Amino acid sequence: MSAIVEVANLRVDLGGARILAGVDLTVATGEWVTVIGPNGAGKSTLLRAIGGLVPFTGSISLAGTPITRLKRRERARLVASVAQQPVVPPGMTVLDYVLLGRTPYIPPLGRESAADLAVVYEALSGLNLTRFAGRELGTLSGGERQRVFLARALAQGATLLLLDEPTSALDIGHQQEVLELVDALRVERGLTVLTTMHDLSVAGEYADRLVLLADGQVAAVGSPREVLTEEVLARHYRARVRVVDGEHGPLVVPVRP
Amino acid sequence: MTDRPLRLAVRPRDPAVKLAQPTPARLRRRWLLAGFAAVLLAAVAGLALGPVSLPPGSVAAEVLNLIPGVHLDSGLTPHEVAIVTELRLPRVVLGLLVGAMLALAGGCYQGVFRNPLADPYLLGAAAGAGLGATMAIVLRGAVDGDATNRLPGTVPLAAFAGALGAVVLAYLIGAVGGRDRGPGTLILAGVAVASFLTALQTYLLQRNVETIREVYSWLLGRLATPGWHDPRLLLPYAVVTAVVVLLHGRELDVLSVGDEEAAALGLHPQRSRYLLLAAASLGTAAAVAVSGLIGFVGLVVPHIVRLLAGASYRIILPLSMLFGAAFLALADLAARTVAAPAEIPIGVITAFLGAPFFVLVLRTTRARPT
Repeated sequence: MSAIVEVANLRVDLGGARILAGVDLTVATGEWVTVIGPNGAGKSTLLRAIGGLVPFTGSISLAGTPITRLKRRERARLVASVAQQPVVPPGMTVLDYVLLGRTPYIPPLGRESAADLAVVYEALSGLNLTRFAGRELGTLSGGERQRVFLARALAQGATLLLLDEPTSALDIGHQQEVLELVDALRVERGLTVLTTMHDLSVAGEYADRLVLLADGQVAAVGSPREVLTEEVLARHYRARVRVVDGEHGPLVVPVRP
Repeated sequence: MTDRPLRLAVRPRDPAVKLAQPTPARLRRRWLLAGFAAVLLAAVAGLALGPVSLPPGSVAAEVLNLIPGVHLDSGLTPHEVAIVTELRLPRVVLGLLVGAMLALAGGCYQGVFRNPLADPYLLGAAAGAGLGATMAIVLRGAVDGDATNRLPGTVPLAAFAGALGAVVLAYLIGAVGGRDRGPGTLILAGVAVASFLTALQTYLLQRNVETIREVYSWLLGRLATPGWHDPRLLLPYAVVTAVVVLLHGRELDVLSVGDEEAAALGLHPQRSRYLLLAAASLGTAAAVAVSGLIGFVGLVVPHIVRLLAGASYRIILPLSMLFGAAFLALADLAARTVAAPAEIPIGVITAFLGAPFFVLVLRTTRARPT
């Protein structure tokens, strides 16, 4: 499989502080890769850098093209990001919000075409949101909102989905619902998913590979079974955990020291 | 992983569900018609009512007579025709233009800053214009020894330069504060510039107390225009501002999700913001130059439009122009008729009428299920 994301020797400094240093990462097309790591390890920054949203040194390529050579609109057709806490514009309807995902296809100063609307309707129905189309986004529940954010990303028609903590605001049931949905979309539409996550068991259940970031560097990469070991987690999280075998991957259970 | 049963399959589109429409497509035509009707109504009222009241039908006929090739019998005497076309029409047109500019600029500022309290004076345009006008009035008094001796053009010119200068200063300070800090820095820079310029203006005024009355009357805003001079002055700026801002309605909608997400969607938020602020500030400066400081229109009209017609800037911007124009023309009508023959400063009227109306709209739309 070809690589859709190639990151080499990535360094990001923000506000005078080094956030990422010497990060290498390759994500194959169709893969689900989850970035884990303690708070402040640089997970979100890594996603933002790959999305082209923070200045960096080193190299980041998307589908073989250095990101610095892509125009913003071109990049937005390749990568769709869902922020950890996306802004909910007051008064905006669900349909109008998902329509924003078509921005990279609508000419500057132009307006959406019937084809753009068709893509939006398809994204809405794919996520079972059609009946919410006319509702204000702010009136939806957390789980419904997360689906709307996903719908906007889908409407963008990008092959790479960057999801920063997609489930942090959700209860356990909605977490599963959203992640199953992402996985179903990934399989059905051949998307590549790169996400950050705090819940290690959940991360291991869904991802093909995990990348453990610590202090702005890659501390471990590999299958969930390779990365989620008691020693590795003790070293980088300073946490006492027990790792047990689950149906879909290792399950990490915190144990009181 | 793929051998897991999918609890939530991707569902095919249900053809039975009636498809919703984007807000602009759904509401635009109906509200635009209402907006044009409001402008027409305000214009006819402004032309017909005054110390001499004229029949609205005759007034409308006289306005149509201005179109080359149209000759309707309005039944008005030549004197009355002169009242309509030479006295009232320029003033009504000026009111429409100023109201459209202030409301459009206000809506634009609110979108650019994602701040409901933003108005066209946020970046110091009012303070700059105030200082410019004060300087012109004071200097004229010093040169002529007679502050009432009108040198047409100097006060508007100085106000225009002051308003634009203040906004540019705020830009520069905001840029020094950090390009990546978002619109907040720019707002603070605007507040600082406004305070500084207001202090200068107050000092000037204190040193030249004999001009206080004239400066004060300018600051409160008025549309007393001698003929077509002021509307003609404002028109080119109004056209440029309206074209640039109205074309960017969709970009303002995208900007409402924040700079980073807008950039992820392919936009250049900083570039759009500066262009929109430049256009809106130009229109504001031109409006302020000919009319003084008229408050409230730029702040409240976009909000009323938003509450009534939806949150998309593709609706808010054109409707703000139309309803802002109608509102200011009506406010001017009240300003010159309520206490006739004396005139009430129009800024007093806009706040006096606008505030209760805003409360009314707020109360009635709150009840609407959202």
